[in-house]
Amino acid sequence: MPSVVWLVLLFVVPLVIMLSLSLKTCNPASGACTMTWNWGELPHQVNLYRTEFFTSLEYGAAATIVDLVLSFPIAYWIAFYGGRKKNFFLMMLLVPFFVSFVIRTLVWEFILSPSGFFLTFLHHIHLVSANFHVLGTGSAVIAGLAYNYLPFTALPLYVAIERIDRRVLEAAYDLYASRREAFMKVILPLSVPGIFAAFLLTFIPAFGDYVNQQILGGTSSTMIGTVIQNTFLVTGDYAAGSALSVVVLVISLVGIWLYSRVLGSRSIEEYL
Amino acid sequence: MSVTTPAAPAAGRLGEPAAPATKRPHHWGRIVLPAYSWLVIAYLVFPIAVMFVYSFNKSVGGVPQVSFSWNGFTTLWYQTWNQAPGLTSAFWLSIRLALIATAISTVLGTLLAMALVRYRPRQFHGKGVIEQILFVNIAAPEIVMGASLLGLFVTFNIGRGFLTLVLAHVMFCIAYVAVTVRARLTGFDRSLEEAAYDLGAGPFTTFRRVTLPMIMPGVLAGALMAFALSIDDFVTSNFVSGTSSPFPVLIYASTRVGIPPQVFVFGSVIFAVGIALALSSLAIGRKRT
Repeated sequence: MPSVVWLVLLFVVPLVIMLSLSLKTCNPASGACTMTWNWGELPHQVNLYRTEFFTSLEYGAAATIVDLVLSFPIAYWIAFYGGRKKNFFLMMLLVPFFVSFVIRTLVWEFILSPSGFFLTFLHHIHLVSANFHVLGTGSAVIAGLAYNYLPFTALPLYVAIERIDRRVLEAAYDLYASRREAFMKVILPLSVPGIFAAFLLTFIPAFGDYVNQQILGGTSSTMIGTVIQNTFLVTGDYAAGSALSVVVLVISLVGIWLYSRVLGSRSIEEYL
Repeated sequence: MSVTTPAAPAAGRLGEPAAPATKRPHHWGRIVLPAYSWLVIAYLVFPIAVMFVYSFNKSVGGVPQVSFSWNGFTTLWYQTWNQAPGLTSAFWLSIRLALIATAISTVLGTLLAMALVRYRPRQFHGKGVIEQILFVNIAAPEIVMGASLLGLFVTFNIGRGFLTLVLAHVMFCIAYVAVTVRARLTGFDRSLEEAAYDLGAGPFTTFRRVTLPMIMPGVLAGALMAFALSIDDFVTSNFVSGTSSPFPVLIYASTRVGIPPQVFVFGSVIFAVGIALALSSLAIGRKRT
């Protein structure tokens, strides 16, 4: 099984090495690491970058909630009213993916920039005040994350809603359910697996993202991904970087574990 | 991915409003939801339109860099599309990388998917563990994969470059291919293969003439997914690329020193080609059904 070998060597082994690196002490100048069984590195790093962890959790969650609210109605509409154009509308949801991730984040910088034509225009028609600025704030980062990961939310939601048995809905109406009741008591509960999958598939990448923060957030409120990138690629302190990555991995694994507990690990393929 | 599946021709309910005939389609379904949905679509398309517009923007003072303000219309960047330093070579590097990673991961992922579907846990030791690994691989945040790969390459003193990029890309593509192919394989009719064997075909001929044509749609979907993942990967590549920067890594690096305007030209052209391919495949799919 060459694929298993590949996955074990380049996915499982690196994770183990990362764990062991987090117990080492590295010399950033020479890049040499020695095993010191320094269990203290983990709590130390977490303590050091507590704010960044919370910022990441907050931005990730905010972007995911924005995405869920934004995409539930459209997923519902495509599933129930899409008709023959379903595939076309699904492709429209995927449209951002036809542009490179870094480029589309850059374009948001252009849109949100105070000297860009969009904000200049809004200012011109007196929709925003002259000193209004978004770029370099947390809102810009959340907006970028929400835009970039929206398809990850919309598609699982669509799959879940599409799968709802229409006969159950009809039964609800036959039993004199109002539209609101049918929605609250049939559609919403039956789409919970999709909501859960959408949350996980959006939150985990958004939580670990650092491109949006770097490009749109400027120097304000750093996310943990930025810290990890910098400790690895700028300072070269592999022990500290590994310790932080281990924490990110553990946080994600809790989500992944909850997911496979509730929905089973195989169900993810239905939402891809 | 659900989009590549032709719409399921479920008995006559496609396009019908969800409610039974006794409930007329509500104004929600007729006006509010479509209007809202088109607004969301407009929001998704808007940045792409902005990118397209800015690809025609003049630069300030002759410095070939994108500028936030609008300075007038020019097609200069389309004429000089390959003159941005490093950009074109990074693009070709990304294409090469994506093709190689797609080829390897499609073969490996398909074989893995077939093994997972065919063998029961008793015949296939560690099947459960492999499924868990696939799941975690797909769900884990990229930054952890990138960071841990860097740790691996540093520990074993492996120089970072094209080779490490290929290794990393194949790694994160295999799981997606395996899962995509497996989703199409469930319900695969083994009796056709047995019929081929009964008619005297060897294992290789059976695979080539019977199995492969049947699983081809799934394999193609998996390959497409792998290509898309590989060509647009930034986070993992940024950790393992060393000096040979793929396209997204190069663009990201240029955000600090000034972005060459050709970036938006590349973005616009890649978008146009991608959309054209996707629309034509939709049209072909519709004609066939």
